[in-house]
Amino acid sequence: MRSAQPILLALGFLAPVSSPMAEGPDLFGGEFPVSGYHYMGEQVRALQDDEFLNPGLFAIEYGEELWSTPTGGNGMSCRSCHEDAPESMRGVAAGYPQFDEELDSLVNLEARINEMLTAHMDAPALPQESDELLALTAFISHQSQDIPIDVDISGEAERYWQEGYEFYTQRRGQLNLGCNQCHDDLAGFNLRGDRISQGHVNGFPVYRLMWNSMGSRHRMFRWCNWAVRAEPYELGSAEYLSLELYLAWRSRGLPIEAPAVRP
Amino acid sequence: MTKIRTRLSLPKTVQKGEVFEVKTLVTHPMDNGFMFSRDGQRIPRRIIHRFEASFNGTPVFRADWHEAVSPNPFMSFHASVEESGTFEFRWHDDNGTVHTASAEIEVV
Repeated sequence: MRSAQPILLALGFLAPVSSPMAEGPDLFGGEFPVSGYHYMGEQVRALQDDEFLNPGLFAIEYGEELWSTPTGGNGMSCRSCHEDAPESMRGVAAGYPQFDEELDSLVNLEARINEMLTAHMDAPALPQESDELLALTAFISHQSQDIPIDVDISGEAERYWQEGYEFYTQRRGQLNLGCNQCHDDLAGFNLRGDRISQGHVNGFPVYRLMWNSMGSRHRMFRWCNWAVRAEPYELGSAEYLSLELYLAWRSRGLPIEAPAVRP
Repeated sequence: MTKIRTRLSLPKTVQKGEVFEVKTLVTHPMDNGFMFSRDGQRIPRRIIHRFEASFNGTPVFRADWHEAVSPNPFMSFHASVEESGTFEFRWHDDNGTVHTASAEIEVV
């Protein structure tokens, strides 16, 4: 026994610590993070890359219209203050969700848009997953194309990050699966016809072929929870906000590619 | 998207007789009439049942679409023109409306 110990230690040292997929098909040589884009089939990648065919671009067009459309009681539009989105919104989406001291809570892009509407524009908040909110989120995210995700998890945000991490690793649902069991350990494997990705959030809002529509990060979380037969949380709930922060941190460094197309 | 949007792709200028590709896309739910909503109600059929393209008023391309066509239908075809003019596209919706789009093309 005594002589075996150094050998075990040596093996442990040699094990590829960077690869969470040591036993799985190591598609990218243990590289992390790798965008879900690279886990998709050739056809879906082509659809995302095609500036004519990508169905998510319709949401961008709509968002661009909404950006300049006056709304609410004081006749202001987003443009009234923020002017040209390609300049003012460049890189903004890469920093969300973030902790807001005045609101004393975590705020994602959707919540920020709604806060702007209600607090500054005297307009009603847009319902979660409405075409309008998705269009604005997609339009703003699109301005950060190719900018790496970089969220701040220092200070107050750290607590939410911790909650998000716990959510991510918590087993749930009738299938008793945690997010990490697939997205960390089995990325690259197939779940029936789907290939499991690393579960990054750099493409949202995405046009999902399964839904035939755009979907936010929270809609995807709800879908994931439903898929392991767990009771999904509400869109915009505290649980999902924390999870979103953790996942954004986990995707740090990945360039934003909204609007992505996902199968 | 509740509002129907269209997108076209064709060259702005072509040579006389040159063959080029015309690409069209329209946002539409293409409800096939076999689906049920969350509360158990049947979603009535609403599809675009006919697509037409004309050049300077002359029909050049037409297609009948059925329930199996997926949402946001894409249609492309090849054409060549002898003179400058306008391509007009019409998508006939089950609800009676006709969605239209047009594009100018110049022969150089």
